[in-house]
Amino acid sequence: MKISEICEKLELKILVEGDMDREITGGYCGDLLSWVMGRAQGGDCWFTVMGNINAIGVCVLADCACIVLCENATLDDNAKTRAEMQGVTILSSEENSYTLATKLGNLL
Amino acid sequence: MSNLKLHFDVPGDDFTRAGEASGKVKKTLKDLGFNPEVVRKTVIALYEAEINLVIHAGGGEIDVEISPECIDMVLTDQGPGIPDVALAMKEGYSTAPDNVRSLGFGAGMGLPNIKKYTDDMKIDSVVGEGTTMYLKVFTN
Ligand SMILES: Nc1ncnc2c1ncn2[C@@H]1O[C@H](COP(=O)(O)OP(=O)(O)O)[C@@H](O)[C@H]1O
Ligand SMILES: [Mg+2]
Repeated sequence: MKISEICEKLELKILVEGDMDREITGGYCGDLLSWVMGRAQGGDCWFTVMGNINAIGVCVLADCACIVLCENATLDDNAKTRAEMQGVTILSSEENSYTLATKLGNLL
Repeated sequence: MSNLKLHFDVPGDDFTRAGEASGKVKKTLKDLGFNPEVVRKTVIALYEAEINLVIHAGGGEIDVEISPECIDMVLTDQGPGIPDVALAMKEGYSTAPDNVRSLGFGAGMGLPNIKKYTDDMKIDSVVGEGTTMYLKVFTN
């Protein structure tokens, strides 16, 4: 399912708009960057509260489809700039990763 | 055709720049048309090793050599060295300080991730002198 559709169905706010037509093929929840690096799959929707510049790097290198910042976690200014530069889609929600991942699971 | 060689200097303790070299290697490999899964494996391993240079070694250098058959990466630093490499390789083992953990690093999964995503991994480390890590990923 496309990022744009997931975005609508999960009522996510768009903080940085990348390629909204990219397919989301799975999901991963986690805040420890090496866990995400080692375990997330390419195409995953990554649910996290980690809105720093290093999270952007991890998303690009692990080839996740997008980042969803849960529970309104903040996106650092330099992370936003980096995400814009690299075309990484960053979404946000007030809901927690469990709730969002459950909803995603029902859609995929 | 001769192999493509890339060199990077990685500054220590600069977390805003950590991952730059891996990002550039990713772009190069993608542009060369390597299989996406090969690219992903290579840059995940390289990123973990690059982050370790930043966190644990006060910076260092990265050399990457790309041939059609394999990607070789050598990371060298003049940091404190690793006293017990077998212990350092264990999942969850980390000496990262708290300020680094708050950034999301220091899960002790870096070296295990590198092992998982490379076809060959070798660490030469001398306490008080530094560490050299050799990584290889086959492209087929
Ligand atoms: N280049 C290095 N120089 C010195 N020590 C290192 C280096 N790389 C790794 N280490 C040691 O190995 C441990 C495990 O590394 P790693 O698995 O990447 O976990 P983390 O980086 O999360 O601590 C580190 O905590 C550190 O003690
Ligand atoms: Mg590490």
